[in-house]
Amino acid sequence: MSTVNLRAPEVQVREIRLGSITGFEGTAAGLVGCARRGTLADSSRSFSQCLGCSTSNAACTLVLIQDAAVISHGPVGCSACFHGYEFVYRVNGVNRGLEKTTQRKIFSTNLEEKDMVYGGNQKLAESIREVYARTKARVIFVITTCSSGIIGDDVENVTNEAEEELGIPVVAVFCEGFKSKIWTSGFDAGYHGIARKLIKPPVKKQDDMVNVVNFWGADIFKDLFGRLGLRPNYLTPFSTLEQIEHSSEAVATIQICATLGSYLGAALEQGYGVPEIKVSAPYGIPQTERWFRELGTMTGREAEVEVLLKEEREAWLPRIGELREKLKGKTAYVTAGASHGHSLIAILRELGLEVRGAAIFHHDPLYDNGSVEADALSNTVRDYGDVPNYNVCNKQEYELVNILSKSKPDILLARHGGMTLWGGKLGIPSLLIGDEHFGMGYKGLVNYGERILDAIENNEFVTNLARHAINPYTKWWLEQNPYTFLGDNTNVRNY
Amino acid sequence: MSGIIEQERFTCAIGAMQTVVAIRKAVPILHSGPGCGTMVSGFFEHSTGYAGGSTAPCTNASEKEVVFGGEAKLKTVIEGTYKVIDSDLQVVLSGCTSEIVGDDISQVVAEFQAEGKPIVHVETAGFKSNNYVSHSNVVNAIVDQYVEVYAEDGTTKIDNLVNVFASIPYQDQFWKGNLRELKRILEGIGLRVNILFGPESGGVAEWRTMPNARFNILVSPWFGLDIVRHLEGKYGQPFLQFPYIPIGGNETSRFLRAVAAFAGLDPKPVEDFIGGEEAGFYEEIQSLATFLLEFRYGLPNHLHMILDSSYVLGISKFLLNEVGIVPKEQFIVDGVPEAFQQAIRAELAASSAKREIPVSFDPDAGKAQEAIRAITHPGRGLLIGSGWDKQLAEEKGFDFLSASNPSPYRLVLTTGYLGYQGGLRLIEDIYFRVLGTYS
Ligand code: SF4
Repeated sequence: MSTVNLRAPEVQVREIRLGSITGFEGTAAGLVGCARRGTLADSSRSFSQCLGCSTSNAACTLVLIQDAAVISHGPVGCSACFHGYEFVYRVNGVNRGLEKTTQRKIFSTNLEEKDMVYGGNQKLAESIREVYARTKARVIFVITTCSSGIIGDDVENVTNEAEEELGIPVVAVFCEGFKSKIWTSGFDAGYHGIARKLIKPPVKKQDDMVNVVNFWGADIFKDLFGRLGLRPNYLTPFSTLEQIEHSSEAVATIQICATLGSYLGAALEQGYGVPEIKVSAPYGIPQTERWFRELGTMTGREAEVEVLLKEEREAWLPRIGELREKLKGKTAYVTAGASHGHSLIAILRELGLEVRGAAIFHHDPLYDNGSVEADALSNTVRDYGDVPNYNVCNKQEYELVNILSKSKPDILLARHGGMTLWGGKLGIPSLLIGDEHFGMGYKGLVNYGERILDAIENNEFVTNLARHAINPYTKWWLEQNPYTFLGDNTNVRNY
Repeated sequence: MSGIIEQERFTCAIGAMQTVVAIRKAVPILHSGPGCGTMVSGFFEHSTGYAGGSTAPCTNASEKEVVFGGEAKLKTVIEGTYKVIDSDLQVVLSGCTSEIVGDDISQVVAEFQAEGKPIVHVETAGFKSNNYVSHSNVVNAIVDQYVEVYAEDGTTKIDNLVNVFASIPYQDQFWKGNLRELKRILEGIGLRVNILFGPESGGVAEWRTMPNARFNILVSPWFGLDIVRHLEGKYGQPFLQFPYIPIGGNETSRFLRAVAAFAGLDPKPVEDFIGGEEAGFYEEIQSLATFLLEFRYGLPNHLHMILDSSYVLGISKFLLNEVGIVPKEQFIVDGVPEAFQQAIRAELAASSAKREIPVSFDPDAGKAQEAIRAITHPGRGLLIGSGWDKQLAEEKGFDFLSASNPSPYRLVLTTGYLGYQGGLRLIEDIYFRVLGTYS
């Protein structure tokens, strides 16, 4: 279990804090076994393709907070993809009950060569003032980048001074890209900033409020929790500053994906005494039941949970049975971030598909809460058996293409932009579902089952695409073992 | 003035990896932090091309490379690239991490060059410049390290062969369509064209004929000037700069006549071509006139743009004179260096003898939005900008056309706004949006 220290400006990256890895080939059970025995070793690749940046994951936890402004302290390129959050806010905000979506306030300090020489502290201090004058934001976040990190700008100090001067929280978030090859470290960085500077000690516990750490999925918890006499407090997209401040008053915290919320859940528990549900998220039937029962126990709603489970079973089991029948014998391959990827495997297995393998972006042996029950992969293996060809691979397309071109599953399930392209180019029906709530519970199985059937059925597009696809990969490469460039440089953090 | 940028509409130097992606079968190799490539694809979207996006090799600098240097890692990634990806040209682009640390990239790349590999390297640290500027550096690096070495004949000048530089691939989302139209009309007046980027180009084989061009054409107010100056020095090629994107009948004909005069072409066939093109163009404008003059339910009469300098000039001239939409305050956001601003002002002023078109230069587009919020003109307004501006247009009740990056509300494949064809397409796009507001 990692110890949360809310007095430190910075949280350590996952490799160091949790011992997480980004290279492994074997089986799912093998990986879980290594993690339990403490013998997990990382591997590095001598050839690699673009990964992702912690700064954009940090921004994901910050930009969508109402009345927030975000300053990327770096060259203009380090915030180039943040415009996507403006789109998300406008498009998804309405589904999550925002009456009016306001423009996202996104800035770059635009560090230039002279700043590399003289340092960017002064520029940052002036930028914060200007952003405040322009936006009247109620909280300003400053996220760091490789440049500001390497030249050693004192971002903590500058933000603390600005906070005093302006009288609003000004939060430094440390997420330099080069610090971690696991870009989800950026989530932890964002949540650390939120936990140390925004969340307030509880004033009055609210017995019916449950924190839900999620992205921007549909608002399904209002109904589900409503049936249990609970209500969700979504963190942090679309939330108000008050919602975040009072999250310490919740009766429990749940997370939809431990890869996302691991750190915030632990920070709320260790820093503010809000217990976290430490079993992995409700995907697949056994895990759905475990999870809801745990929720019932923690919130004193055991009886209500049994009623809810019964109703859900009655409503959805018949359709699930039909879908299993139709999907029998189909094969699948999964590529996704860690915890949600494990959940996708559970969904596929529950629906009766054979999972031929998976390329999962990283692996956390355990999450910040240290609970074995929270390990979605071990639950998946326990409930449904081992997964062969389980590969920890952080978005290395060349490995994926090599594997897919040989294994040709009936469906590719992906959860990261860009990864379905190769499914399509190889003529494999491919599916990326953005809404992280889509597969939850009994209904989630129906949702996924129907979408998978639909994708397999309507394959004209990918079939045609495959006929015309251009392939930049060499013939030699496609004939090699997919892990040719994966060395076992144990414990070498070289990427 | 802190120099901050709100709502960025370009990216940093390493964004010029897209210049490489736009060359057929070329592969960009990033020697940078792990996130730079994804930031670039997140900015442009639909920009993978042959081997960009998730295909692009990257050294993904970590703490170790920052402390001990990343040269060894670069070497293995380049070696791997040759094994895994089939490419005609490899361009190593270095990012912030490697340049602050001081890796000797040229040394690593030189080893591969010595083995006869068509590999080039260029410094593109984000703090050095933006992608408008570094586009030129990438092209010049390819010229110096690839064209120079592999050109079959580096001296002979071929009559009527020109190298053409205009839209920056991907940064200008209409680059493919624009380059196609440019090539078409220049060939129409009798030139042979190296267009260099995109599907209309012959890939690296075409690049190798660059020294043989008799002269170069630059269509841009400022970006790309470093390329044509470099080529002038290197291959003795004079250049013609046309300082904005020519759109519609007047401006495209003006452009072609300028080129013809510069090249000393026989005016007869040039005028024949222009005459034919104009006939087709004005046939459409005439049918449009009835609609523009008679449509009683309201059409935009004035225009603001938050765009780069080339489009602000080109669209202002076009919409004012050929469509009757009057440009009001304009906001140029491509970070135009001060030395060029005066000329751009003068060019905009030259659009009309009757009116002044106020213009400001600042990449901090949040400021442009603030200014527009405070302005009111009588009549119905049109705003042309990027995805950032949709909400502003809604607030102001303007018609809105998204015509620059970032572009979450519009998909562009091969549409172009340059030339005769481009002018008509721009009209279609504007009135498609306008008429779409009537239910
Ligand atoms: S990896 Fe570093 S330089 Fe690249 S985008 Fe991320 S913070 Fe910026």
